[in-house]
Amino acid sequence: MLFKLAWRNLWRNRSRTLITMASVFFAVLLAIFTMSLQKGVWDNLTKNVVSFYSGYVQIHLNGYWNEQILDNSFAFTDSLNQAILQQPHITAATPRLESFALASGGQITKGSMVAGIDPEKEHIVTALKNKLTRGSFLQLNDQTVLLAEGLAKKLQLDVHDTVVLLGQGYHGSTAAGKYSIKGLVKFASPEINETMVYLPLPEAQNLYSAPNMLTSVVISLDNPQNLNAVVGNLKKALGSRYEIMPWQEMMPEIEQLIKTKEGSAQIILAVLYLLVSFGIFGTLLMMTAERRYEFGMLMAIGMKRRRLAGVVFIESMLVTITGCMAAVLAGIPLVNYLHQHPIRFTGQMAKVYEDFGFEPVLPAMFSMEVILTQTAIVSFIALLLALYPLLHVYRLNETEAMKR
Amino acid sequence: MDTVIDAHNISKVYNPDTIPVHAVNNVHLHVERGEFTALVGPSGSGKTTLLNILGGLDHPTSGNVVINGTDITHLGSNKLIDFRLHNIGFVFQSFNLIPVLTARENVEFIMLLQNVPKKERDQRVVALLNEVGLSDKMDVRPAQLSGGQQQRVAVARALASKPQFILADEPTANLDSASAFNLLDIMAKLNREENMTFIFSTHDQRVIERARRVITLVDGSIASDTAQTKTD
Ligand SMILES: Nc1ncnc2c1ncn2[C@@H]1O[C@H](COP(=O)(O)OP(=O)(O)OP(=O)(O)O)[C@@H](O)[C@H]1O
Ligand SMILES: [Mg+2]
Repeated sequence: MLFKLAWRNLWRNRSRTLITMASVFFAVLLAIFTMSLQKGVWDNLTKNVVSFYSGYVQIHLNGYWNEQILDNSFAFTDSLNQAILQQPHITAATPRLESFALASGGQITKGSMVAGIDPEKEHIVTALKNKLTRGSFLQLNDQTVLLAEGLAKKLQLDVHDTVVLLGQGYHGSTAAGKYSIKGLVKFASPEINETMVYLPLPEAQNLYSAPNMLTSVVISLDNPQNLNAVVGNLKKALGSRYEIMPWQEMMPEIEQLIKTKEGSAQIILAVLYLLVSFGIFGTLLMMTAERRYEFGMLMAIGMKRRRLAGVVFIESMLVTITGCMAAVLAGIPLVNYLHQHPIRFTGQMAKVYEDFGFEPVLPAMFSMEVILTQTAIVSFIALLLALYPLLHVYRLNETEAMKR
Repeated sequence: MDTVIDAHNISKVYNPDTIPVHAVNNVHLHVERGEFTALVGPSGSGKTTLLNILGGLDHPTSGNVVINGTDITHLGSNKLIDFRLHNIGFVFQSFNLIPVLTARENVEFIMLLQNVPKKERDQRVVALLNEVGLSDKMDVRPAQLSGGQQQRVAVARALASKPQFILADEPTANLDSASAFNLLDIMAKLNREENMTFIFSTHDQRVIERARRVITLVDGSIASDTAQTKTD
């Protein structure tokens, strides 16, 4: 009967009930939409940034990141390779031998970063082939190099010219080599674009007198949400001889940027929550004022406060739950659609994205966690607001309430 | 005789700290089971205040109210709600009913609060609505009933809880005279046939004539308390 009473009371002021339901509905839907888009865009940005060069995770000899020298390299064995690839969520692992060298094109000499790579695997992790602007891509057994465009320009070199590399090899040996330039690659990041030289891994190991040695293994994932799990698994599997670094540790400035942007999105959401709260609270105020006499009459004839409060609470919950459920039902297909058909944008912003080699899209993240979290937050707010009429009932003096 | 109300020296002062209003002054009142009593007096004489105190809706500033042997003077708010549910029936001037419930459900509601079993509830609802002459309006909501019909449902509801007595504060004030007489007829019949005690306040001389005891309040004090033989 209490439930029946609550249910009928809802339809007593149909438009008010529908407006309240609608405000809960739009609040939840908007929160889901905003948060899914936000997370999706940053995930996508991260994917773009890590595919510049770093990958999601790198494995080094412990201590390498603080002291990036060849003496901190390690032997790449089959068993190590197996141990890495056995972990779930890892789609590829590419070996690198990285060191500094002076690159010279006759008249001009510049500091550069030489990366010995497995060209095919490197392409899987960082899409290197897509960055090729002139010449052709490396083969594993080549004795040629790829030069970043910016560096080539500084050195006044082009495809088929020769570049001389001079540096320090493993255990203090001298590294010196002369290579024909097979192709040029373009990076959006100017810093990388003016320093990178790519050699096939065997030739790099040969140049630096470091046969079969690596400085890092770069890893790509099936889904960035699995990052923490993969890092944990690798730490367990490989032990303390190696350091396992997620991209956030290698590029803390990017993580910082994302965090501040997420902060501003949360402020927008907070404003949204606040607006909806005022809306719902307004209708609750009106409702309690309108039914003051009725509440007094019910208590006068013998209805306990607890029961009366129960009816009013059921009313609030029915409105909230209906609004939230409708929003989840509408939100799932909406977010899923925006996940599969990302919003494409054009104009100035799109050009900036394209210059960086990114697709100009805003993909939404489809995650039940995001959807349910936002729903839970709005439900919680509505629940808190529903305490107001309860308080009203508990403080009501029936005789006063029935005076007009 | 069987005393249902024993009010001893009750007074009520509103706003004692600012401008005190002495709404009820040193009232002594005995009500026996089966009475049909009218409370009369000019506007502002304290009728509503006195009825609220007798009904456990308000506390007197001083004095005691004993209902059927229980001193309710110092009961807390929640205890009073429960006491009213089981001991006192109320009929207010208007807006007695829950608008979203039908006549049947309104009467049933009070028994639901009392946890009366379903079967007994159903039987009693039908019997009571029959008695007030509304067997054809059982499943109609208050908005579709006339003022007089609504008041009759309120009487049926007051009776449903099997109270010690029924308090009615100006039950006919919003009714035309035909409906008012009809309501009084029903109350008188219930009083006669079921020995139900009624105490009602009124301004209407023709309603006063129907009472067997008339208590007149002036400025919060009982000015006269007379028995009269019925004229109907
Ligand atoms: N809550 C209150 N605060 C202050 N004064 C009050 C309050 N309620 C009633 N009064 C005063 O108490 C006195 C008695 O009021 P009461 O309502 O009992 O009179 P009444 O006989 O029922 O009048 P009416 O015939 O108009 O209904 C009046 O002077 C009224 O102004
Ligand atoms: Mg009055």
